[in-house]
Amino acid sequence: MTLLLYLTIYAAASVFACACLFRILRYARTPIHLRWELYPVPHEERERVKHGGSYFETSNWWKAPRRVSLLGELRFMIPEMLFLKGLWEFNRKLWYRSFAFHFGLYLLIGTIGFVAAGALLSVLAPNWMAAGWGRFFQILYGITGAAGSLLVILGSLALARHRLRDPSLRIYTTAGDLFNLAFFSVALLVFSAGYISRGPSAPDLLAFAKGLITFDRNLELPLPLAAGVLLIALLAAYVPLTHMSHFIAKFFTYHSVRWDDAPSRRGGKLEARMAEYLTYRPTWSAAHLAADGRKTWADVAAHNPAQEGRK
Amino acid sequence: MSGKIKPGDMARTDGRPLLHLENSDLMALPGPLADPACDPAWTPLTAQIRENYECLVDDTCAVNVPRPKTRQEEKNLVISFLSGLEKLFTKENNWTFLQPLLLTMEHCARCQTCSQSCHIFEATGGSEIYRPTYRSEILRRLYFKFVKKGGLVSAWQHGDIQINWPLIARLIELAYRCNLCRRCAQTCPIGADNGLVAHELRKLFSQEMGIAPKELHDRGSMLQLKVGSSTGMNSIVAKDNIRFIDEEMTEKTGITVETPWNVEGADVLLIHNAGEILAWPENPGAFAVILNAAGISWTLSSDLAGYDSINYGLWYDDAQFARVAIKHAEAARKLRVKKIVLGECGHAHKSLSVVADRILSGDLNIPRESSMTLLRDIVMSGRLRLDPSRNDFPVTLHDPCNMVRLMGVVEPQREIVRKICPRFREMEPHGVDNYCCGGGSGFAIMSGNNFPDWRFHVSGRKKLEQILQAFADCSDPAIPKYLCAPCSNCKGQFRDLLAYYDLWEKQRILYGGLAELIVNAMVEVKTGFIEWEWH
Repeated sequence: MTLLLYLTIYAAASVFACACLFRILRYARTPIHLRWELYPVPHEERERVKHGGSYFETSNWWKAPRRVSLLGELRFMIPEMLFLKGLWEFNRKLWYRSFAFHFGLYLLIGTIGFVAAGALLSVLAPNWMAAGWGRFFQILYGITGAAGSLLVILGSLALARHRLRDPSLRIYTTAGDLFNLAFFSVALLVFSAGYISRGPSAPDLLAFAKGLITFDRNLELPLPLAAGVLLIALLAAYVPLTHMSHFIAKFFTYHSVRWDDAPSRRGGKLEARMAEYLTYRPTWSAAHLAADGRKTWADVAAHNPAQEGRK
Repeated sequence: MSGKIKPGDMARTDGRPLLHLENSDLMALPGPLADPACDPAWTPLTAQIRENYECLVDDTCAVNVPRPKTRQEEKNLVISFLSGLEKLFTKENNWTFLQPLLLTMEHCARCQTCSQSCHIFEATGGSEIYRPTYRSEILRRLYFKFVKKGGLVSAWQHGDIQINWPLIARLIELAYRCNLCRRCAQTCPIGADNGLVAHELRKLFSQEMGIAPKELHDRGSMLQLKVGSSTGMNSIVAKDNIRFIDEEMTEKTGITVETPWNVEGADVLLIHNAGEILAWPENPGAFAVILNAAGISWTLSSDLAGYDSINYGLWYDDAQFARVAIKHAEAARKLRVKKIVLGECGHAHKSLSVVADRILSGDLNIPRESSMTLLRDIVMSGRLRLDPSRNDFPVTLHDPCNMVRLMGVVEPQREIVRKICPRFREMEPHGVDNYCCGGGSGFAIMSGNNFPDWRFHVSGRKKLEQILQAFADCSDPAIPKYLCAPCSNCKGQFRDLLAYYDLWEKQRILYGGLAELIVNAMVEVKTGFIEWEWH
């Protein structure tokens, strides 16, 4: 059973990685779209960011070198990612629930990181871990894991309740939405219950992770804990297959849409990419488009339907 | 008001609108319009319109889609819609907006954070069909079902939807109940864009099914591509009108005004919204006074579309959009000007400066600049002698969405009004958080049936509230007030909105452009350039 559990975890991690990669590549490979930015754009000069201004506020803006402030983006992104600043500003009622849920997830991701680091060190530097660092890791992931699990369980239950009680959310809520939230709370409840009740002889998380790395088949998890681990592995594989992968989408919606204010320069890279798109052959059917599947976008854009009269 | 409407109601076959609004359902207005009884009554749709056209959403009809006469006709329309839906998600047909559309389709969490930011949703007291996510939810379900070919699991995850002609007919109308101001997108924690969804739906209907409001297509972009301007003016008429404006401005200002045409090698090609020439001639006149006085090398162009900056394709059709943008750039290329400066028109700003940026390549990529920055530089440079006391009346500034939230031109116009208008006051909120005038995305020029009633009662309501609040300390009609709107479409909306609520008579609120305020403050100009008369 232990081997099966190991294989499931590796398979789930692979699905997670592949699904994320697939989604990233899918969005990254879509053509560069026409500009559609929204202000404020935080990589603008700081004085402009304060009022939401752009380089268009400067005369002859094309003569000045374009400056993009990474610091400005970070100043926006860090509070947004860590504390869901936008939700705090625009939907406070939801923020309490959503922040608990998301911050809990961050703590759990941290827990996985600590456990993985501890397990690696146990394999690579066992003496070092035995000298006290092992205990340190146990305390660290114990705190983040417990707090994270609690926050995710409470957050997901609160979100589900909110979805069911608030009429503006209820009519848009699908069975899948409720399943997703339930999946989080059930997986973490089962895992937490299994971990707390595992007994003194059962391996802790660090020992289990070490076993996972070394394929130690002698290690045995009590059934409730094994069920919890299994559910969490399945959950990890499931998330990137759903709209909950918005942690990926958000990178694109911000960097490639809202903040993409890069101007096209004569002979520049953007112009070269656009030249490729202008060779696409649209098949829209409306007569004024005159897109017969043979004409390119460039042909369609150069065509003047008003000189022919509408068909 | 109707009961809670669900996404599935879009496919209702009872032939009735989803929503009926009473004035008492609407958001309360402040001050003199606080009593709902002061709100003008809606003009009902005529029986003939209801019989002949699809009016299945609310109490109005914007697009005038004829009712199919046979089942087969309905079936063909559904097939045509599904064909367009598929094309909307292919790069060959929609590379222009595919990425943001996919992101919005696949990642909206339906948290409804965007709802409270929508002036239309708020103005109607939260009517479900106007919720920014409502039409998006329909498109999302259609996308997963018909484009992604989702089965039962997909329906379980994303929600199911039945498709029929009534749903499509409603979706056509509903695509024209959004101003595309994208205030909702600004608040989305994930970055989904429900304004974009309305834009993409409009494109699908136009580019695949040939369905668009006649004001935008037949009398809009097609007319512009035919004669040069959506006003119907060809270049000869435009030149005649400008000559007349020059004469009038000369008389009015005491300064000889001459507008240069087709000057090769000029620094600036100025492109006005040609609506200004006909409806607000003092605006192009004021530009001529300012640019001449400041010694700017500038010209107008008489080429096809070169004297009309409008580009209605921005709101409903990528091909029409690209065609007009190219015409604008060609006019500038022909004259070998150093840059194009866009007059006081918000959507023209965004069209040519932002959205067309990646379409205009090679020698068509001529720098484009806002007239706000040019005017700011002139005013701040001291090249004009200005007397702010000539503008000693309450002034507030409207932020056109296309120029401000969607382009980031926020401060230049403020620097000007702060300098020359001693009684300037902001609306709240303002800048990139502004509210749309209610005429955005073509509504200001759409006046079929009783659509103007909807435009004033609903989409313009929040802005009306802002205007009244901005002038709350000086509501006395003895005090003339100036609503500065540096955008032709917004001015069109304000002209109609203020007249609808009789606010010239009740409060002496006049609307106008920014250039007029500058000329009004010019010492060399005869006093009283701004005439306190309703127009």
